Amino acid sequence: MHKNNKNISLQLIRNFPFIPSLIILIVLILLNGFYEPNSISIGSLVGLISTYLALMLLAVAQTYVVMSADIDLSVGGVISLVNVSIVAFMDHFGGGVYVVLLSLLLGIIIGILCGLINGFVVAILRLQAIVATFATSIFFMGLALYIMPVAGTPASDLFWLTYFENYFGIPFVIYALSFIILLIFFLNKSRFVKTLLAVGDGYLSAFQGGLDVTKTRVKGFLLCGFFSAVSAFCLTGETASGDPLVGTKMTLLSVAAVVLGGGALSGGSASVIGSMIGVLIIGLINSLVFFIGTPSEWQNLIQGLSILIALMIGIYINIKAQA
Amino acid sequence: MKILFKNENLFNPITVAITLIIILFFLGNFISPGFASPNQIISLLIVASLLGIISAGQNLVILGGREGIDLSVGGVVSIAAVVAGNVMDGSNAAILPAVAVTLFVGGFIGLINGIGVTFIKIPPLVMTLGMLGVLQGLLVVVRNGVPSGNAAPFLVHFATKPLLNTFPGILWLWLILTLFLVFLLKHTVYGLRIYAIGTNERAAKMTAVPVELIRVSLFVLSGMFAALAGICLLGYSGSSFANVGEQYILPSIIAVVFGGTSLAGGKGGYVGTALGAILLIVLQSILITIRIDESGRQMIFGATLLLLMIFYGRGKMLRS
Repeated sequence: MHKNNKNISLQLIRNFPFIPSLIILIVLILLNGFYEPNSISIGSLVGLISTYLALMLLAVAQTYVVMSADIDLSVGGVISLVNVSIVAFMDHFGGGVYVVLLSLLLGIIIGILCGLINGFVVAILRLQAIVATFATSIFFMGLALYIMPVAGTPASDLFWLTYFENYFGIPFVIYALSFIILLIFFLNKSRFVKTLLAVGDGYLSAFQGGLDVTKTRVKGFLLCGFFSAVSAFCLTGETASGDPLVGTKMTLLSVAAVVLGGGALSGGSASVIGSMIGVLIIGLINSLVFFIGTPSEWQNLIQGLSILIALMIGIYINIKAQA
Repeated sequence: MKILFKNENLFNPITVAITLIIILFFLGNFISPGFASPNQIISLLIVASLLGIISAGQNLVILGGREGIDLSVGGVVSIAAVVAGNVMDGSNAAILPAVAVTLFVGGFIGLINGIGVTFIKIPPLVMTLGMLGVLQGLLVVVRNGVPSGNAAPFLVHFATKPLLNTFPGILWLWLILTLFLVFLLKHTVYGLRIYAIGTNERAAKMTAVPVELIRVSLFVLSGMFAALAGICLLGYSGSSFANVGEQYILPSIIAVVFGGTSLAGGKGGYVGTALGAILLIVLQSILITIRIDESGRQMIFGATLLLLMIFYGRGKMLRS
């Protein structure tokens, strides 16, 4: 009977690889609540989401390439590029409603173009994703520096005021998050995500099964570019200014979040919801380290160690489940 | 054209790298006369040696296969520079103990990476990425508690000035390391076993190769090479400063790729990697001599890297 139970739970993890991370998330929420009772409240939850929304979207972006066994180390560069582009655009044309809307359109186009370049070099030219997207990231960052050599140009007031506004008593970020989750939900229902995962399971077998591997991988990169651009919007709302280096630190965190969320870098198994949970795990570890009163110079180390341990636990459980 | 591409000797990565390096030196000398002067070449090689030593460890880990990669080298380099700087603290007499302690620290970090990858079966990219985060945190702690530490005069001399009227000591060190690695990889049982586990781990296991032990040892070596580079970097810059190592992480992988080592493992060697490191540094310094903005420099650098990658290891086309 006990063995049977174990099998069921392993089966569950196999079907929903983000379950271990969900458990880690719940434990972290409880720990946070234990050390700082105020942290379990709508207000601080909204605060957590608004601080980490940009990284959540970037982890979503990363997930779509990881599904097909690729990786995109240029997402940070894309964020920087989109951030400075839309801020410069709003700065140049004044921050009216139409300009802000046009700047969003511009940002999406830039994000998708970056995805197209990455998809081209990785899937069509067949370069190694890890080094090729590093090269494109240098290119994107150069472009960002060209558009805005020094940080500090403010975003249009309308842009960031909207981002921090409440509508009918509910903060804007919650609407944004709900819209994105809805979008992701429909994407998940589509054939496309299943194709991405099938391709990620093995290029050769997917190819022999009649799937267009190259096209699918390119589409994964396009989607990654799109979500990176949306992530840049949130970051711009949060920081209210342009900074050509703003995305640099976020690339590797997005990869870590995907893995924390149960995604396998070898492809074929990753979930967008899991990756978003992965980001929340990073955020909650950061706040927990603060709440337990760690001296400031030790905080980074404890955070790093906790993330490493969370990564190990998650992967260990998933490996057990796959076996 | 087809014959040209089929001829392996003409298109072997080492030939490509050497040709490109020579072309770049001519180009550099054309843009800014004196670029290819002996002194200039030596100072370029010194910079390349730092990347080259880090890439040596990266090379070994990648050769061992199973998606081997080490992102933690950047953190190890930074930590090593701080540790070595503090142990020697400007005194020649303390160089040897400082080197010993630092190599031990690097090796220990590599050991943890190796155990995580081999026994807990964490993918190398994830394990070393997590380790990088830990090391960055550790660096904050270490730097808060102690002053940054100074290089001993001899170490500075070793890394920057000619040794006994020849090349700087660091270049001799790099040359010896290169010869050692070539010998290790091609002429020892250990080296052949690295290729064996990188090519086909299962087959290697069946022929009684201690796969686990070798894989752990590769990560230990990678940590030690990065630590060695950290010591050299300390000598090169005189004192350690924050996060010096991070800028080397992805270049160390690119040097390996430009050297013709496949990221899939089991194929390649160190001579190519050393040339790849030189190629990267020469390319970078040409861009510095051209009078353009940092932005233009980065765009050209990124585009050139992509262009060069097309010469190297493109994946196989899918055929049914």
